[in-house]
Amino acid sequence: MIHWKSFADFIAMGGYGVYVWGSFGVTALIMIIEPIMVARNRRITIARLKRQMRAETRTENRNAAE
Amino acid sequence: MKDRFNLYRFASPATFYPLAGVMIPYFAAVSVVFGLAGLWLGMLVAPTDFQQGEGYRIIFIHVPASWMSMFIYLVMAFWAAIGLAFNTRLSGMMAQALAPTGALMAFLSLWTGALWGKPMWGTWWVWDARLTSELILLFLYIGYMALTAAIDDARRADKAGGLLLLVGVVNIPIIYFSVKWWNTLHQGSSVNLTKSSMAETMLWGMLLMAMCFWMYSIAVAFMRVRTIMLERERHTDWVKAELANLVAGDEK
Repeated sequence: MIHWKSFADFIAMGGYGVYVWGSFGVTALIMIIEPIMVARNRRITIARLKRQMRAETRTENRNAAE
Repeated sequence: MKDRFNLYRFASPATFYPLAGVMIPYFAAVSVVFGLAGLWLGMLVAPTDFQQGEGYRIIFIHVPASWMSMFIYLVMAFWAAIGLAFNTRLSGMMAQALAPTGALMAFLSLWTGALWGKPMWGTWWVWDARLTSELILLFLYIGYMALTAAIDDARRADKAGGLLLLVGVVNIPIIYFSVKWWNTLHQGSSVNLTKSSMAETMLWGMLLMAMCFWMYSIAVAFMRVRTIMLERERHTDWVKAELANLVAGDEK
């Protein structure tokens, strides 16, 4: 059922290895990096929004005390 | 009246945010399953192409990436139309969340196309109608992101970006029909709704990879839209409650 005779055969892709693996490699890289960047951006944004929220609450409390 | 099913309810970020959060792992898991099945069929089982040898296997990402680059643009244009017509908050956020993924898909389409063109046509690039209109699509994505990023007020950015999206949508049929309308170096479609010129395993491998890319795009766009929602709705009670619940470093 498997089309390839050997692993080396698979890697060589009938002489098109550079083109095939160049395509699949960059695609895999992008599909791994993009979700990581999105998750990282989410963590950074949440941290910043929480900081802002705390700062706003402090100002409100101070204003209320005065 | 309150428990009547109401589609508008899902147009509210406060409702959509938790829903998207629940659905992301499912879309991601389904994407991985489709991807593994598609790679198995396409890379291990599918036979050699009689014209292109093993080089044709680039099709298993080239076609899904190209389809998604066009489809994501259509979805963004749909949200832009909804946003401009009904002034809904969610639509602009959705378009914003989809744009980077669409741009990456357009880039992948061009990148894999170049790597396919070199051995088959003898050149990385030609100013052919199909290739040029796909490049314009990439520029439309980049233009949309640059334009919306340059306008500070989010709602105004949505309106300006939405107009750009609606004007640019004319490019999608041009890409799709370019191989019919003009004499192009790029081949015509191997697959359409009525017939396919591909071997069974090749076709299924490609369709599974297309499903993988589709589910991936939904998962990433949902991840991104949730962050955009927190940012834009930061002054609402639901976001304040959500932020208070989030432990530092917790991604959920």
